[in-house]
Amino acid sequence: MSASDFEMVVGLEVHVQLRTATKAFCSCSTEFGAPPNTNVCPICLALPGSLPVLNARAVELAVRAAHALGCHVNEHSVFARKNYFYPDLPKGYQISQYDRPLAEHGRLTIGHTAGGSPIVVGITRLHMEEDAGKSIHDRYPGWTAIDLNRAGVPLIEIVSEPDMRSPEEASAYLHTLRQMLEYAAVSDVNMEEGSLRVDANISVRPRGESRLGTKTEVKNMNSFSGVERALRAEFERQVAVVERGERVQQQTMLWDGAAGAVRPSRSKEESHDYRYFPEPDLPPLMLTRERIDQIAATLPEMPNARRARFAEQYALATDDIARLTAGPRLAEYFEGVARQHGDAKAAANWVLGEVLAALRSAGTSVRDFRVRPADLAHLLDLIRDGTLSHSAAKRVFEQMVATGDPPAKIAEREGVLQERDVDALAAWVEAVLAEHPAEARRYLAGERKLQGVLVGLVMKKSGGRADPRRVNQLLSERAGAAP
Amino acid sequence: MTGEHPQSAVTAVEAAFRRAAAVGAGADELNLLLWTDRDRALADARALDQRGDRAGALHGVPYVAKDNIATLHLPTTCGSRILEGYVSPYESTAVRRMREAGAVLIGKTNMDEFAMGSSTEHSAYGPARNPLDPSRVPGGSSGGSAAAVAAGIVRIALGSETGGSVRQPAAFCGVVGVKPTYGRVSRYGLVAFASSLDQIGVFGTSVHDAAIALEVIAGRDAFDSTSAEHPVDRYGEAATTSLDGVVIGRPREYFPDSLDRGVAARCERALEALRACGATITDVSLPHTALAIPVYYIIAPAEASSNLARFDGVRYGLRVEGTDGLRAMYRTTRSRGFGAEVTRRVLLGTFVLSAGYYDAYYRKAQEVRTLIARDFRSVFRGGVHALFTPTVPTPAFALGAKAHDPYAMYLSDIFTATANLAGVPAMSVPIGRVDGLPVGGQIIAPHFDEAGMFRVAFALERALGAEAHR
Amino acid sequence: MAVRLDDLRHVMELAHLELPEERTAELLAQLNDILAHMEELRAVDTSGVPPAAGVGDAPLPLRVDEGPSVPLARPLAAFAPATRDGFLLVPRLATHEGVGNDASGDDA
Repeated sequence: MSASDFEMVVGLEVHVQLRTATKAFCSCSTEFGAPPNTNVCPICLALPGSLPVLNARAVELAVRAAHALGCHVNEHSVFARKNYFYPDLPKGYQISQYDRPLAEHGRLTIGHTAGGSPIVVGITRLHMEEDAGKSIHDRYPGWTAIDLNRAGVPLIEIVSEPDMRSPEEASAYLHTLRQMLEYAAVSDVNMEEGSLRVDANISVRPRGESRLGTKTEVKNMNSFSGVERALRAEFERQVAVVERGERVQQQTMLWDGAAGAVRPSRSKEESHDYRYFPEPDLPPLMLTRERIDQIAATLPEMPNARRARFAEQYALATDDIARLTAGPRLAEYFEGVARQHGDAKAAANWVLGEVLAALRSAGTSVRDFRVRPADLAHLLDLIRDGTLSHSAAKRVFEQMVATGDPPAKIAEREGVLQERDVDALAAWVEAVLAEHPAEARRYLAGERKLQGVLVGLVMKKSGGRADPRRVNQLLSERAGAAP
Repeated sequence: MTGEHPQSAVTAVEAAFRRAAAVGAGADELNLLLWTDRDRALADARALDQRGDRAGALHGVPYVAKDNIATLHLPTTCGSRILEGYVSPYESTAVRRMREAGAVLIGKTNMDEFAMGSSTEHSAYGPARNPLDPSRVPGGSSGGSAAAVAAGIVRIALGSETGGSVRQPAAFCGVVGVKPTYGRVSRYGLVAFASSLDQIGVFGTSVHDAAIALEVIAGRDAFDSTSAEHPVDRYGEAATTSLDGVVIGRPREYFPDSLDRGVAARCERALEALRACGATITDVSLPHTALAIPVYYIIAPAEASSNLARFDGVRYGLRVEGTDGLRAMYRTTRSRGFGAEVTRRVLLGTFVLSAGYYDAYYRKAQEVRTLIARDFRSVFRGGVHALFTPTVPTPAFALGAKAHDPYAMYLSDIFTATANLAGVPAMSVPIGRVDGLPVGGQIIAPHFDEAGMFRVAFALERALGAEAHR
Repeated sequence: MAVRLDDLRHVMELAHLELPEERTAELLAQLNDILAHMEELRAVDTSGVPPAAGVGDAPLPLRVDEGPSVPLARPLAAFAPATRDGFLLVPRLATHEGVGNDASGDDA
């Protein structure tokens, strides 16, 4: 048997930080990047006698996320303690949810098969929990440094069914999940800042086999592409084990991105007996159906609905719509431009072309982009009414990206407003004809295909300021008037 | 207590320290007070005297608090080595409310380590002794607080209950001890032993003292998710001599044949006194009472094993570094920091929660706990307003008498643990003595009916008069 | 359902507690004595009885998502056993000796 005779079975556990101002169980700030142990208080330091009080906003966002993922939200859910020792876990237990999670039974369509049928991944459960702090092992020799700023930050854990069969499907699931959570406005879903983290459960089985093989858990993946690569590596490792006639051991594997390999986690000295029991410091969380529906109503327009609306409202190509709606912020940016400028196609072209290119080269996101939609719309207005040439508009846009100034101001400053004064244009036309007598003669004799060349020469002479439509007009008039 | 104390706060605080010295409250004798700061207490008292207004319900009244209640200026060690020298950087809600009512904290009291014990022998700082008979224990785990009131150092004290740790020492020391309804008093700042059972309670020389103190600390607190919204009555105004129309249940499970005969006799005398006040006494049954100890000794250690995980040498308290990295540091710190009883209970609790045993022990215990709570509910729904029982089956025992038999020690909670499991309020009042040792009678009331409970206690206290201490 | 020595060792590992060998045997006997008393619970019929969940029936109160947080009257460094540059310091996990990566507590 070879690797192609085996099938990969993958389920993903995704931790997502909820976008709250304060932590899950205390009023400390969730701000990222503060000096170590400055966003801490008696509660998140687990000082003796302190008690947790749940953040209402965290509940709201978790319920909203559950709705976005098609989960059933339970009216009655229970917090539980997950007990284990680790220096960045101040209480010696994590407050999580266990046998009564907030929400269950969701589903996510992650794409379509070649035949057009949807690929659906089941979501087993979505529960609330708190984050641990940060352990830094490489800062002081022989010591581990602990920063508890992140301890107690609210998370949701989203557990999928083992429904994925390839690294590509896992990646599609993650992209779709991230898109849904971004649209639901529950999280910044940023892997770099740790607001989204992924662990994978993976097993292999011979194709055609319906029973599941022994799974391993793969951790320490820092990007979606890392997840794909790690799954591929672990798949190959497990297939090799099976082909040697051995059995896959249930264990935790760590992905080493630099080495491009998985290795068994060495922290095996801790046995995994978490002794879950209901958290006695928090009575059960009760949500009325009415309240759950009320929160559902706050869910913004989700990707499917927005795509359908864009198709109807703006008559754009399916592919352009997909790209414009990849994230809610880009979609909102586009709409801001399109609504004000009026020409949706031009707006789409600019957003997908110049705007995305500018974001890519600056390495920033739409959120931090300096060009406001209204200013971009105004730039497009200037192109449409002939005040700016396309090439001049691109130069103005570059300045807008760099300075954030409005386009008219930049155009004036740069002297790129188009020259529409007939006398000035006529002077350039005459000068070009005089400087290129051979071409002028042939053109005036009726060789009309030379008009493009002459327009180009006039544009060059004007430093790009001549309005090409007027130049064409003048040249045609000149040819028609020729003897 | 306003009006009863025309003297200045400074005078009252000085008197308390004088009395503490006179009775030998220090480590070498009764060993009741673990931490005091006379200068600080006097400064607080002076500030009160200078303030002029005497609006606080406890203006200028000195008090002591059990060493597991977080205070800003005195250590909070829970009677444990693992917290030796630890001074909390935040304050418990109960102590804040006492301060705001004008009470002056003069010391932290000795206790069984982390409130695990019924004798105050399991303190890392040495056993406390009963001021009425220093060869006997003061009870526990709030033994130091009960004894400080009994010795006349203070009129009120804060303690904590998990299975009887206020009522039992109150009975052994001949003072009033109240465990409020679960959720009545904020647990914020009370170092957790078993979160679903813990409750701060009060001691008083009289029912009135205890009632006023409870009134001050009771009420909803945003920092404790289990604290209740129920309005707090003026318990001090429940004083009455008449119990006309009041039905008091006498649960037969609390009067077994094995009950100490002296204790039984004092209880019958108290029931007579209640009847004389106009109460109707009726026999009732709480059939699951005998299961309270096994249920309690599964749930309390289970929760404790988790609550005490935070004592790991990382953020505060003792750290003993081992030879082999982090895990060794955890092991040595905890093994040296915790005493034998705490170690025993943490291991027991870890066991009953561990994989394969959870359902047989923890879940089963929580189910039986539901049955115990239903016993109370059905008796109270059946027209009974309060229950009367002995607080403890025997008077105070001698130091060391039960030191080597953990389960025999656990049995001294047999009449008290039920109220913690059901969450109902209960209190112990002195009802006389046997061979010179105090006996406590217990009054148990429905959830949040502290007012009704105090009404019975006031009447009983007046009816017995001096007999309660004879 | 008695505790065996292996169970006790497992539990000691979970709780991060160690005991001298002679005390282990004594403790094992004590735990079994205590657990023997717990056996009477097994005889109680609890079919259809829900486990007690909290004591009251009040729903979980929630707090508004805003500060300020409870201040510390004394800074962390005043009561923590070891700090440096604002970090808490602990001896390294033995399995992390020589490891340079920076990971969260998830790998415990």
